[in-house]
Amino acid sequence: MSVVTLKIDDIECTGKVGQTILEVAKENNVQIPVLCDLKGLTPVAACRLCLVEVEGLPKLVPACATKIQEGMVVKTNTEKLKNYKRMIVELLFSEGNHICASCVVNGHCELQDLGYMVGMDHVRFDYLWQSFKIDSSHPKFVMDQSKCVKCTRCIRVCDEVEGAHVWDLRGRGINVRVSTGFDEPWGQNKDCTQCGKCVQVCPVGALFDKNATSSEMIKDRSFLQRILEGREAKIWVR
Amino acid sequence: MGKVRIGTVWLGGCSGCHMSFLDLDERLIELSQVAEFMSSPITDWKLHTPIKEYQDYPEVDITLVEGAVVNTDNVEVLKIVRERSKILIAFGDCAITGNVPAYRNLFKVEDVLNSVYIEKATHNQHVPSDRVVVPRLLGKVVPISHVVKVDYFLTGCPPSADSIWYTIKCLLENKQPEFSRENYRYG
Repeated sequence: MSVVTLKIDDIECTGKVGQTILEVAKENNVQIPVLCDLKGLTPVAACRLCLVEVEGLPKLVPACATKIQEGMVVKTNTEKLKNYKRMIVELLFSEGNHICASCVVNGHCELQDLGYMVGMDHVRFDYLWQSFKIDSSHPKFVMDQSKCVKCTRCIRVCDEVEGAHVWDLRGRGINVRVSTGFDEPWGQNKDCTQCGKCVQVCPVGALFDKNATSSEMIKDRSFLQRILEGREAKIWVR
Repeated sequence: MGKVRIGTVWLGGCSGCHMSFLDLDERLIELSQVAEFMSSPITDWKLHTPIKEYQDYPEVDITLVEGAVVNTDNVEVLKIVRERSKILIAFGDCAITGNVPAYRNLFKVEDVLNSVYIEKATHNQHVPSDRVVVPRLLGKVVPISHVVKVDYFLTGCPPSADSIWYTIKCLLENKQPEFSRENYRYG
């Protein structure tokens, strides 16, 4: 197995060929904020929170989807990046109707975690207050579109792990929504196996257990770890 | 050095932030040694037309503003208070984000008023138009930072007594409060 050496924030790091910047950064205790990334799902680089600077490249690159290369010099925490990341989190807060006080995952929310991480004491942009749908047609779960950050974890886990592909994106730009096929009510969707994986991987309060109330829901992603270990041990193959 | 002059103001909120302030408990005694409360709804508040009351808002060092800006009175009060405060703190999530009062932003003001005062009212069905009794609602509930300059943001719904204490302590000691998970929380 060939080894790659690189520098992340002035730390000399080594990684295996094929690893991403994000993976190697994590192994070396360099904290890079992420939202759409979840170990076990294909990276999509949708949230742009893991953007890093690489010496010699004119563009910022997403750490979750960029493979390491010999001699790479990566910066994860420059003033420019800090500024962009806070802006991204603020825009996410201003786009949805994120009223933390009444949210089911208040206190256990990855968007809140990001807010603390980027030092967001307030949002400088105007809140959009768009009207969103809440789908409570499913017997076990609820989807509140107003909290959705379009990370697409639910879409990927349903497709790649459960194999049902109930969810996908529709619309463009600010009107993008996570949607079932033909936008039918979730409860009427015949493909849904009611496994709840989408609910557990959702980083925010967009997908939650039906009876959860404010601050009650804590997501459990241990199933993903079991699946990953199974994959690594080649217990089963897709 | 004289005592630090503190005022608090209550706009569109539930007063939970003020309740949390009282949760400072014995720290209130410590605070009273170095600070003086100039004006606050929890010290003495008798008049029912707040805007009139605020014409006499004193010059202070620090003002904590609870609540979102929901009506025309709030805007006027906020401007007066800003002018007379050296440091203005957005006190709690309503003042910072709009929070729960801002849920009505999903509807038109006329629809909200109709729903409350006409459709769901059982007696005397009319929308109050006398501004002295009921101030006019703004089209959208907004955070106070959209109306005046805010110096510090004290998040939480309500902010914990510890967050309040940390912020006030920092300011009394001339330090910058540091926004982090250890010192503050959302919601």
